[in-house]
Amino acid sequence: MDSLLNDARPPVFCPGCSHERITQTLDRALQNIGLAGNQVVIVSDIGCSGLFDTFFNTHAFHGLHGRALTYAAGLKMARPELTVIATMGDGGLGIGGAHLLAASRRNLDLTLLVLNNFNFGMTGGQYSVTTPPQANIGSGFLNQLEHPLDICQIVGSAGAAYAARCSAYDTNLSGKIQNAIEFEGFSVLDIWGVCPGRYTKKNRLTPKLIDEGLSSLPPAEGIVSQNVRREYGRHYRQLAARSATPPSPVKIKAAFHPPHPYRQEVLLLGSAGQRVITAGEILCLAGMSAGLKTTQKNEYNITVLRGPSISELILSPEDIDYTGIEQPTVIVALSQDGVDRRRAIFDQLEDSALIVHIAGIQIPPSRARHYRIDLKSQGVKKPDWALAALAILAKLDAVINLEMLEFALKTRFNGKAQDASCDLVRNVEMGQWI
Amino acid sequence: MFLSLMEGNEAIARGAVAAGCRFFAGYPITPATPIYTAMLNLLPPCGGICLQGEDEIASIGFCLGAAMAGMKVMTATSGPGISLYSENISFAIGSEIPIVIVDIQRLGPSTGSATRGADGDINFLRWGNSGGLPVIVLAPVDVQDCFSLTIHAFNLAERFRCPVFIASNKEVAMTRETIELSALQKPDIIERTRPSDSKSFLPFRVENSQNVPDFLPVGGEALVRQTSSTHGQDGYITTDHNQIAQVLMRLQQKLLSNVGQFSFYELHTMEGAKTLVIAYGVTARAARAVFKKRENLKRPINLLILKTLWPAPHQIIRRAASKVARLVVVEMNLGQYVREIERIVPDKPTAFLGQMDGRLITPEQIREVINNG
Repeated sequence: MDSLLNDARPPVFCPGCSHERITQTLDRALQNIGLAGNQVVIVSDIGCSGLFDTFFNTHAFHGLHGRALTYAAGLKMARPELTVIATMGDGGLGIGGAHLLAASRRNLDLTLLVLNNFNFGMTGGQYSVTTPPQANIGSGFLNQLEHPLDICQIVGSAGAAYAARCSAYDTNLSGKIQNAIEFEGFSVLDIWGVCPGRYTKKNRLTPKLIDEGLSSLPPAEGIVSQNVRREYGRHYRQLAARSATPPSPVKIKAAFHPPHPYRQEVLLLGSAGQRVITAGEILCLAGMSAGLKTTQKNEYNITVLRGPSISELILSPEDIDYTGIEQPTVIVALSQDGVDRRRAIFDQLEDSALIVHIAGIQIPPSRARHYRIDLKSQGVKKPDWALAALAILAKLDAVINLEMLEFALKTRFNGKAQDASCDLVRNVEMGQWI
Repeated sequence: MFLSLMEGNEAIARGAVAAGCRFFAGYPITPATPIYTAMLNLLPPCGGICLQGEDEIASIGFCLGAAMAGMKVMTATSGPGISLYSENISFAIGSEIPIVIVDIQRLGPSTGSATRGADGDINFLRWGNSGGLPVIVLAPVDVQDCFSLTIHAFNLAERFRCPVFIASNKEVAMTRETIELSALQKPDIIERTRPSDSKSFLPFRVENSQNVPDFLPVGGEALVRQTSSTHGQDGYITTDHNQIAQVLMRLQQKLLSNVGQFSFYELHTMEGAKTLVIAYGVTARAARAVFKKRENLKRPINLLILKTLWPAPHQIIRRAASKVARLVVVEMNLGQYVREIERIVPDKPTAFLGQMDGRLITPEQIREVINNG
């Protein structure tokens, strides 16, 4: 195969920079694999390693600092046939640390070449995540305070199935790059080199010292056997192929007459865990079965099974614009939490309004009519209280009637859940007016 | 007539799929998570890809990669996530990467109130990029809008090769309402233009008659370059100030000069109105309720509901304002878009009604400002 180097744009690295060797060697590796330029994309980062894509006649994607692996993942998922190579410096590695860990866990078939020269060359030689504490760099004493990380150990423990470390002066660098590219999965090659523009101005670092440094670390020569597993993209496509098309939204045709011909505003005041939101949805479906337009606006805290849960429902023969409740026609009080959250509204209730409340809940004074139900003594469990209260409403012919409610339950639930909910509605005992 | 019950978030997901979106990446965040959930249900069965990024930065990064590989992509988040998207938004603007970004606004600042609505990101969406170039922001009022504006958003992203935002709000996103599926508007689908001759393709070359470069995907036969650096038409970094100026001016003009073609709005008028109420998003619903109950108004009003917020649809706003003596701007923040209205219509008094406490602005509040003017 021909060289993929871009003759019109020769490397512009500092004289003696090991990035230049890596550029030439990457080209040799691509030739040895036999890849054409349009089969490869080089995704480059920021800093000197960010120039890499410009030296090659391949597809190129140069983006933001530390994010190369994220673009690479999008490209590879969209075009699995493409060879995707990311080049990052030790700087990008630090700022993109979360992406490095995630790529290791994911095992998408990408190759990461780390051009590790122990400092931020382009911005003035500041310390990076690989700078030794004893180095003299552009960040004053700060590097003395932090411990450099070993990329191969990090990615290996995060699940990378291929992690290797070598010198830019390695006589078999091309073979090592080739192996990394040919590995099917996420592969990391940490290539140590010198930065003559910054780092070696004040620090001694030679190919021999690099070799000594490499040999002082635990070996990392490629396949990490305990992490070898299926490639992410292939696995993703297998699992995705088994996924079933979700059902289309349910369409409901008006079949019943609502008990009231005008707009109803219903407030369900409950607590998380009482299935208030589901009850609200059922009320909407019941309304729709009588041709009513409905809205359901919910309010709850960020906690999951604690705190108030409130549903504001409007059922109206006309289009609904404002979705808040201004003048409730019905309040269903299911918990003290919920009632306390909306205390202010009770004062505004008209005398035609109806409050259905669970026995024991303190209801603020109002002009509304009161209907008390005792669900506890009937053995109805708390998660069913909201639904049981809807059954009471239906039996009182308030907002909905029983046939509307039954239709809604049959629309919303299947199988056992449907039977149980219909039984609950049938069996719930009425309460009394107060 | 058949009715269905749907929340805004689901309508956005269904609109995206109808528009041809086959790649979604997101990170869980209230109140945008249901879009991610819906895409996870909808995309894999139709051969699409739905991913959860390790953070918001990864999510939008995945999308930009997939968009350059030729896919229609979308991501969805809320204010804190938009903050993290910011530098990639700038990238998508400057490097002309089509992407639809949904912001389900919640009460800020910062992590604020996760489960309370707001329209507090309206100026942030416009100005939250380095370089300050324009973006497109569409604001749905209801579930129907969520569906059809999402399709428009994809069309605009494809046509202009830029990020397009859907500025929704928890109160539109997670409120369910009845819709008629058969009545949903489905605009014709637009795809990014491909060059007639791919041999001499340059990734940022613009023909004389166009203001958007043709697109070829990374990974196709012809080599494609993408770069976040200031670039010439060949996609290589450049320091030539003439080239730079030309590209940046074009990025500005391609949206500003065409906003007339994508100014979505509703204008409701009454005979003899001297007051124009301007609203957007969920607040427009309260304003619509005010308009319909005119018997409670002391004076007739016109109502302009803006669904394209950015670039600001100057012509629409000026034309509507020219008929009245006074403007009332209502929004769920402490005063953001009102500044734009005052800039566009400097010669008419503008009353402002804003609220930022997680509650909806009520029809009664709007009525009061109208009647007391």
